[in-house]
Amino acid sequence: MSPLPDLVCPAGSLPALKAAVDNGADAVYLGYKNDTNARNFAGLNFDAKAMAEGIRYAQAKGREVLMAINTFPQAGRSADWHKAVDGAVDQGVDAIILADIGLLDYARNKHPQQRLHLSVQGSATSYEAINFCQREFGVHRAVLPRVLTLAQVEHVIKNTTVEIEVFGFGSLCVMNEGRCWLSSYACGESPNTVGACSPAKYVKWDKKPGTMETRLNGILIDRFGDDEPAGYPTLCKGRFEVQGETYYALEEPTSLNVLELLPEIIKIGVKAIKVEGRQRSPTYVAQVTRTLRAALDSLRNGSERFHVKPAWQAELAKVSEGSQATLGAYNRPWR
Amino acid sequence: MSAQFTIPKFKLPGFIASIGQKLPQWPHALALVAGLNAALKMKLLPESELDALADKLFRVRILDTGGEATYTYRNGLFRPVFRPEREPDLAFAANLSAYLQMLARQEDPDTLFFNRELEITGDTELGLIVKNMLDAIEWPQLSAKLPLLRH
Repeated sequence: MSPLPDLVCPAGSLPALKAAVDNGADAVYLGYKNDTNARNFAGLNFDAKAMAEGIRYAQAKGREVLMAINTFPQAGRSADWHKAVDGAVDQGVDAIILADIGLLDYARNKHPQQRLHLSVQGSATSYEAINFCQREFGVHRAVLPRVLTLAQVEHVIKNTTVEIEVFGFGSLCVMNEGRCWLSSYACGESPNTVGACSPAKYVKWDKKPGTMETRLNGILIDRFGDDEPAGYPTLCKGRFEVQGETYYALEEPTSLNVLELLPEIIKIGVKAIKVEGRQRSPTYVAQVTRTLRAALDSLRNGSERFHVKPAWQAELAKVSEGSQATLGAYNRPWR
Repeated sequence: MSAQFTIPKFKLPGFIASIGQKLPQWPHALALVAGLNAALKMKLLPESELDALADKLFRVRILDTGGEATYTYRNGLFRPVFRPEREPDLAFAANLSAYLQMLARQEDPDTLFFNRELEITGDTELGLIVKNMLDAIEWPQLSAKLPLLRH
């Protein structure tokens, strides 16, 4: 039996970080209160003081703190991203998660001892791309985009010595990570430019008798009946009329949930499993961390008797976007 | 909140809302505003985000009790607004159990929203600021500072 992968959980606030640590996360990931990370939402994330307290809390309990600086430096403002990298090193995080090649180069040269992870936003889907980042920037771990089948993940792992992290639970996006500009198409801002997809200031929930309409910068994204579950207000999860039919033309609002694939994920040598959701509350972090911890711990002595408990599925289904879950690309027969 | 105690999802019978709507609404507003000002006094709410709330009109509506409270934030204090003259900048609507579950950190606001148990209308960014502000409060600290809970 391979060793259990690390459980890497999201923290958008200090209480969320503590909830992750207290419920069994091996590592937490977080970001500063600015556009150097891809969850730059109003009121979310850490200032230097909260960051110091969070790092102290996690590391005192033997857990790791990973700092996401996973957006792309904007023209003329590289200094802001350099400052974020320097700040993370000064504060003593265990690793920095980076997406931009220029920033990887900066971090490698300025702080050669700092452990670096390649963000999912870096969009490296092949072992060649990952090995390049290892050779050039000393990348220690890569987070794989959610487009690969399990067999493809295994192929990557067999051909690299870089640790591989995969997503285990959370809201799915259109899975074009690091390259998606749909949000910019609607409102001129996207994760790669301002650190937020479909920023809240462009979102309008319009309640009318019997329905709720979602608009992004005036564009009608979806219309929900009173008994229909809702999703995030992004273009990729909208219902659109295509050739006379109205449906989720790009992607359904849903969450990835790999519970039933855990034995295989462990078998192929995945080093870490990531939970999405820095924008969610401490409650979500506690619920998801606790559930995945229990599932992973039940695999500590082998997978022969592993079965997914209905209570785990129920807990994860409840917090899922659109109240439904999928195995995503992992078990897709086609490529 | 104790881990053993869980708040179930419930909905009060319809007649309660019809009575509730006829009752004066000012006690709700006063209670809510007193709670928020207590949190302010304990410096639990971050000043950088508080600035974004200045002069905004908020409405919290409890669907199954028929109660609602409107308030604003002005000159460093939350203040009830008894006769709002305009639509609120931000409005929440949910059954009592959803609010209790959120306050007790038993359910996540996004979960309640996805499941259509929490309605947020108006200025969405303001809603996000309020949500994230509440999420960032360290409740154990709060209970330690409340004299009643200290014993």
